[in-house]
Amino acid sequence: MRALCWHGKQDIRCDTVPDPKIEHPRDAIIRVTACAICGSDLHLYDGFMPSMESGDIMGHEFMGVVEEVGSENKALKKGDRIVVPFTITCGQCEQCRRGNFSVCERSNRNKAMADKVFGHSTAGLFGYSHLTGGYAGGQAEYVRIPFADTTHVKVPEGVTDEQVLFLGDIFPTGWQAAVQCDIQPTDTVAIWGCGPVGQFAIRSAVLLGAKQVIAIDRVPERLAMAEAGGATTIDFSKESVVERLNDLTQGKGPEKCIDAVGMEAHATATLDSIYDRAKQAVMLESDRPHVLREMMYVCRPAGTLSIPGVYGGLIDKVPFGMAMNKGLTFRMGQTHVARWTDDLLKRIVEGQIDPSFVITHTVGMAEGPGMYKTFRDKQDGCIKVVIKP
Amino acid sequence: MRTRGSDQARALAQGLGWFSIALGMAEVLAPHRVTRATGLHGHERLVSSYGMREIATGIGLLTAKDPAPWVWGRVGGDALDLGTLAAGVAGPDRERSGIAFLATLGIAALDIACALALQRPSRPAMAAFRKRSGLPKPPGAMRGAASDFVVPADMRTPEALRPWGSR
Ligand SMILES: NC(=O)c1ccc[n+]([C@@H]2O[C@H](COP(=O)([O-])OP(=O)(O)OC[C@H]3O[C@@H](n4cnc5c(N)ncnc54)[C@H](O)[C@@H]3O)[C@@H](O)[C@H]2O)c1
Ligand SMILES: [Zn+2]
Ligand SMILES: [Zn+2]
Repeated sequence: MRALCWHGKQDIRCDTVPDPKIEHPRDAIIRVTACAICGSDLHLYDGFMPSMESGDIMGHEFMGVVEEVGSENKALKKGDRIVVPFTITCGQCEQCRRGNFSVCERSNRNKAMADKVFGHSTAGLFGYSHLTGGYAGGQAEYVRIPFADTTHVKVPEGVTDEQVLFLGDIFPTGWQAAVQCDIQPTDTVAIWGCGPVGQFAIRSAVLLGAKQVIAIDRVPERLAMAEAGGATTIDFSKESVVERLNDLTQGKGPEKCIDAVGMEAHATATLDSIYDRAKQAVMLESDRPHVLREMMYVCRPAGTLSIPGVYGGLIDKVPFGMAMNKGLTFRMGQTHVARWTDDLLKRIVEGQIDPSFVITHTVGMAEGPGMYKTFRDKQDGCIKVVIKP
Repeated sequence: MRTRGSDQARALAQGLGWFSIALGMAEVLAPHRVTRATGLHGHERLVSSYGMREIATGIGLLTAKDPAPWVWGRVGGDALDLGTLAAGVAGPDRERSGIAFLATLGIAALDIACALALQRPSRPAMAAFRKRSGLPKPPGAMRGAASDFVVPADMRTPEALRPWGSR
């Protein structure tokens, strides 16, 4: 089969690789009908996540039709149409029973490595380095789904792939980002980053009843799409984010702040982001926490910082004293996808939201490698890429 | 932040920049050879001044954020070169001048194509993005549409930090 494989920094290729096989009785194999490139894939593409190996199949946002099921898998049958959450969940461990699916205790088959790096292992993820299990990803014609009986969302007839595909990652991610803010009708929610995750966070915050949603980015079409979703926008390349946020909140700062940017925050004209660029370049720091610092600074005391943006390692010069004295609450993590999918699927079917609004590019597998660059560099108005194998 | 032109057009502009510099160096450093090759004997001073122009344009092309005006600059330079060579065709070494004229014509065509390609905006019209809401009604009318959702206990703001009497 054909698949998009990682071969090093900024080197993704469309390779021919062996078809996956059932390895465990709970597995299933699906034929992928649609998959997407996620902002998280860019961290692998840019070489910021450790433990990738040449030939690893990329992709963790995908859906398809069940081709084959393992002998113990009673939940699925051939022909079922499913979306696959990017976090692999056993459904039985203590964390899964609490709904903390992204920290499932059993799905990471490289637990020993993850225990060393993170203190305690987190869940297995598709196509996201060996630290999270080294599972083959979904930017491929076929994928093996481990723990498939508990790692799937069945899709009803009458909705298109484009409407439900993002249930596997960015829609629940934007939703959880907003849910973690515990939004009150009096709240201003400020969202850094108007990429796909930011776009869903904006709509989720509106649906959950925020008084005011403010979105920050510098890419004109992403800001335009943020406005379409109901946000007031700030272009960080043209104006001071802190000043504007204070102006829009009578000088008090937003109650809730969401970081939908993560470790590759762009340098603004501020001294701290130049400092990060330099340190990251000489490997003294792995991540660039410019957005985190800005959120800690501008957030209203007793407010909440919700952090879906991915960080990989060490950050530096974080004003923790500021956060502590202001009594801020931090919420973060990979998304507990399966915790939200039933509810969100219902909202899609009922027409409360149509997630396909975010798609700007649909391509075949062969164009996949080129689209990584287009998406990363925000060329050609690219916001979200869907690949149809 | 807005970029113009496709990647290919920008790469072509870079290539033209290096070409300008190489040609300019030849014209400045070895004007006699250039005049011999193009049948423009006796015009060494003119040719080396054209060389200075080429080098300046080349540096502009390689360093400017937006190469488009520099590529148009090359088109203007091409017109000058063609005029000079046309005069050469009327002179004694008409064959060499003629070949150089045709070669320059080809390069001028490439310069014009590059300049036009750079002019095209690479970003689709902004109006289309302003319509992509994903919501069935204007956002104002959708505010709170999901208030049937109950935030799970483990994701609520700690009791002590919630607005007084909010729950
Ligand atoms: N927690 C999860 O489970 C989860 C799931 C999916 C994605 N993510 C993460 O969410 C983040 C966003 O993903 P995406 O798909 O939207 O990616 P993206 O790269 O398309 O979006 C990031 C956006 O942030 C903007 N940005 C950069 N620097 C900024 C700054 N200083 N201030 C404001 N905006 C800035 C960029 O212009 C870009 O539009 C990534 O870190 C990704 O890894 C997390
Ligand atoms: Zn993702
Ligand atoms: Zn589990």
